[in-house]
Amino acid sequence: MFHSLGKYILLLRLSFRRPEKFSVYWAEVMREMVSVGVGSLGIIAIISVFIGAVATIQTAFQLVSDFIPKTIVGGITRDSTILEFSPTISALVLAGRVGSSMASQIGTMRVTEQIDALEIMGVNAPGYLISPKIIAGVTMIPLLVIVSVILGLCGGYIACAASNDVSTADYVTGLTDGFNPVIVTVCAVKAIFFGFIITSICSYQGFYTDGGSLEVGQSATRGVVWSCIMILFVDLIISRLLL
Amino acid sequence: MIEIKDIYKTFGDNEVLKGISAIFKPGKNNLIIGGSGSGKTTLLKCIVGLHDPTKGDVIFDGENFTDMDFEQRVPIRTRIGMLFQNSALFDSMTVEENIMFPLNLFTKQTKAEKLDRANFCLERVNLTGKNKLYPAELSGGMKKRVGIARAISMQPKYLFVDEPNSGLDPKTSILIDELINELTEEYSITTVVVTHDMNSVMGIGDHILFLHQGKKWWEGSNKEIAHTDNQELNDFVFASKFMQAAKAKL
Ligand SMILES: Nc1ncnc2c1ncn2[C@@H]1O[C@H](COP(=O)(O)OP(=O)(O)O)[C@@H](O)[C@H]1O
Ligand SMILES: [Mg+2]
Repeated sequence: MFHSLGKYILLLRLSFRRPEKFSVYWAEVMREMVSVGVGSLGIIAIISVFIGAVATIQTAFQLVSDFIPKTIVGGITRDSTILEFSPTISALVLAGRVGSSMASQIGTMRVTEQIDALEIMGVNAPGYLISPKIIAGVTMIPLLVIVSVILGLCGGYIACAASNDVSTADYVTGLTDGFNPVIVTVCAVKAIFFGFIITSICSYQGFYTDGGSLEVGQSATRGVVWSCIMILFVDLIISRLLL
Repeated sequence: MIEIKDIYKTFGDNEVLKGISAIFKPGKNNLIIGGSGSGKTTLLKCIVGLHDPTKGDVIFDGENFTDMDFEQRVPIRTRIGMLFQNSALFDSMTVEENIMFPLNLFTKQTKAEKLDRANFCLERVNLTGKNKLYPAELSGGMKKRVGIARAISMQPKYLFVDEPNSGLDPKTSILIDELINELTEEYSITTVVVTHDMNSVMGIGDHILFLHQGKKWWEGSNKEIAHTDNQELNDFVFASKFMQAAKAKL
């Protein structure tokens, strides 16, 4: 356990050594950003709308009382979407979509000796393979979370429009009432950490794959499982520290 | 010239290499032969620095490679070409991008110069015009040849080859051997080939190391190997009836 942690930290340090040539690394960063960002937009859009809608319906259900103004539904949906649902659920889904593909890509390169080939050439393999992925993760995953928040709140609007528990006007008023900007900071911090966790843990698992195609699959699974555990753990820590 | 001095390599409590020394000269095909699991690949990986030897030194033209750290090794690394057992082409890149990859990272050449070099290397391995194919679209023999083209793109001084003939038909196999031989002589490269293919041994073996039980059991040329009275080597080389018949005629 501590041995793995040490290896993980060492690998991260190797990853951020000075690149042989910036232009080549930059091209890799761009490629990863497109793959993470554009590639995950569809799934994030779909889950976000549903999450927002469900959050609104549940909140409305729990607050059936004539003494509570209906606008409060908008406020609670907003807070829970921005603070928890969007960043955390998006990250868990992205661990499955982005993380597993990163782990299996690097793992395949390991078992087919492509990583050895890089090292023979004098390329810093962790740097070339891992740093672009981490950079793409900590930039694109926060952007995806922003998209997720916006679509989640739209999902809530749709839920209000489709039923007559809460009027859309009440919902929109609720969204802006008593807005505390700190939740946006918390959301951004979470998203950046989650992006780092997913890309670094899955890259680590892939990089130290040993064996054949069976082990590549196992590395991907381990990468996703560990990412999910760490996402929820860090989620707790950040919530505790920043709220 | 590459000199290896008293190389030991241990995995856990499995002592694979037990003190191997040799000198590999430029312009010569140096072959490492031995049975499966005798440590050929391990020795090759120790020489190129993919494994750190437990003990011993590897010296490239007077420079002690074993003592160097990653950054100090880079200038030597850029002069090393290696062909892997399964070619190890980058499968996200086309043939042309594979060959240009080291040029992109380590040279200041313009795009046109790099493309010229890639085309030259492809022509050299008889794959003119296959630039835009992906590794998945190539046969085993073609992959090997692209692997060779990538290995020579930086004009290496040292060429390492792990089992160039595994998984190839005899004819393709001989073509690959001839290609390696030509390049070695033409550019005076120090070539080290790991093989257990007897056609290669007899065909291109200028200098042969026979590994057995982790030691250098025998050393000599392909001319000498036919007349050896070393029992283990005889058992290894002349294992098949065909080879025994061939030996009888010599
Ligand atoms: N990375 C490794 N970890 C542990 N043992 C290894 C490793 N690589 C090779 N070995 C062991 O070293 C021995 C020699 O292997 P190898 O050099 O691949 O043989 P060859 O290439 O001659 O067939 C084998 O017993 C193998 O189990
Ligand atoms: Mg081998």
